[in-house]
Amino acid sequence: MLRDDVLAALATVRDPELDEPLTELGFVSECEISPEGEVTVRLRLPTFFCAANFAFLMVADSYDAVSGVPGVRHTEVLLDDHFASEEINAGVAARAGFGETFGALAAGELDDLRQEFLRKAVLAGADRVGRPLTNGRTSEEIVALRLGDVPDKADRDRLRARRSDLGLPADDDDPLLVDPVTGDPIEVDSVSDHLGRARLTRISLEANGGICRGMLRERYVTIGVGEKEDQ
Amino acid sequence: MYTKDGETYFITDSHIHFWDASPANWVPGQEQYAKGWIECFHAYMGLAPAETHWPLEHFQKYSEDDLMKDLFEDGYVDVGIFQPTNLRQWYTEGFNTTERNGQLAGKHPGKFIVNTSWDPRDGDAGLEALEARSERWKPKGAKLYTAEWKGDSRGWKLTDPEAYRYLAKCEELGITNLHVHKGPTIWPLDKDAFDVSDVDHAATDFPNLNFIVEHVGLPRIEDFCFMATQEPNVYAGLAVVVGGLMHARPRFFAKVMGELLFWVGEDKMTFGSDYAIWEPKWQIEGFVDWDFPDDAEFSDYPRLGVDGKKKILGLNAARLYDIEVPPELRLAESETSASA
Repeated sequence: MLRDDVLAALATVRDPELDEPLTELGFVSECEISPEGEVTVRLRLPTFFCAANFAFLMVADSYDAVSGVPGVRHTEVLLDDHFASEEINAGVAARAGFGETFGALAAGELDDLRQEFLRKAVLAGADRVGRPLTNGRTSEEIVALRLGDVPDKADRDRLRARRSDLGLPADDDDPLLVDPVTGDPIEVDSVSDHLGRARLTRISLEANGGICRGMLRERYVTIGVGEKEDQ
Repeated sequence: MYTKDGETYFITDSHIHFWDASPANWVPGQEQYAKGWIECFHAYMGLAPAETHWPLEHFQKYSEDDLMKDLFEDGYVDVGIFQPTNLRQWYTEGFNTTERNGQLAGKHPGKFIVNTSWDPRDGDAGLEALEARSERWKPKGAKLYTAEWKGDSRGWKLTDPEAYRYLAKCEELGITNLHVHKGPTIWPLDKDAFDVSDVDHAATDFPNLNFIVEHVGLPRIEDFCFMATQEPNVYAGLAVVVGGLMHARPRFFAKVMGELLFWVGEDKMTFGSDYAIWEPKWQIEGFVDWDFPDDAEFSDYPRLGVDGKKKILGLNAARLYDIEVPPELRLAESETSASA
């Protein structure tokens, strides 16, 4: 079914700030597919003033994900109820015209922003998958842990994907804890500091996600396509 | 003040507003932003207990009597600190200005502290106007809203050279408490407008000024904590943390509090209700009753006791603003820490 493929593609698009899929966050309000393979996706965000740069990335990434699905002949992605809706929708629709719409601020430079948030996701991921493994172990034991030691496959693959995106070591026999900028293994003396930062970063991302979900609920009564309730 | 279980808490509400966001105050041609702004604020109110929600019309413009009742009669507040946000681009008379705050404060001596605000993009004329406001209102603090739109510019940073001139002027005028509020900007699109690293630089270069980062840098709590742990003059403003999380997301609230207590510490955290986004009453009652869930996940966070809650709810901000606290409401050791 084309619809399943399109929804699966949308589920790969993440809010770069929260590192969660748009679908699960409830940001996809509509996904219409015509028999001819013309897809219209409508996105919505928790507030009128959500940061325009991340909003732009989400619309552009959704466009790329959906238009890459075999059988899709035309893609339209529209962001509703946002202070920069008009500019963002026009820029994404023009496709080749990102540069004209956003001048020097377009795709190339947004890559740096995206990288910065991927690093946060890697750090947060080190806590999410690492904490059950590191609890009760000494720092010496912790630096010996490998990515392949993570028992949960979904968690392991998620962290691996983020590390690969950044060009960081991501094989099963690479260290569990690496510096999210350099990729160097974390040294014994830095384990406790690194884990402290990892936990804080995860809590920050998750608390933001909690506020975003709460605000979205205040703003819209309908459930999003593929939306999932958090804890 | 608020009394519970034999303990009395002096309450400094260090983040309050008296705004007019009614349609009559919307700038023609900018209605969608003026409307979007206040509706966004109103949605935040939805994170509070249902019985404290207001209808939008009341939320757009509340009266002086409403404010006095919500803060002082019902809300336990001893002193409220106004944090102005001008937004004159969207609101004809401004959204929540020093002048509007100051007129109200003038009628109720001892109840309010009137902070001012400034915008480095106003240049020399703005510096002169800041001096005039300083003369008129004697502010000890200023609210800096870096996301404020102004003509083609939609945001600024504390590290802008013009901003350093204003910071130097603040030092000269005794405006020592700078409440930094990060918000979303459009340009530059490639940068993170919520980034707090400019506060880090300014705090290092102006060690005699205090930088209170409002809503603890949310959504950048982690960057804020890494910075605050290194800068002795950076404080955590708890507006939004208590109002936005304590009721709506209690487990996240406990985790965020745990992290703040660990990285920043109870001596550098200040309560603010963010009235009228949220009423102070339920926040203060809930905060005094609050403790970590009894769960291993929270076991290694620093504990928060009665003394810590007294500091956060009032004594820390009272110290920053030289507010006279009745002797019986001070902590035994606060005398020594204040002079340290």
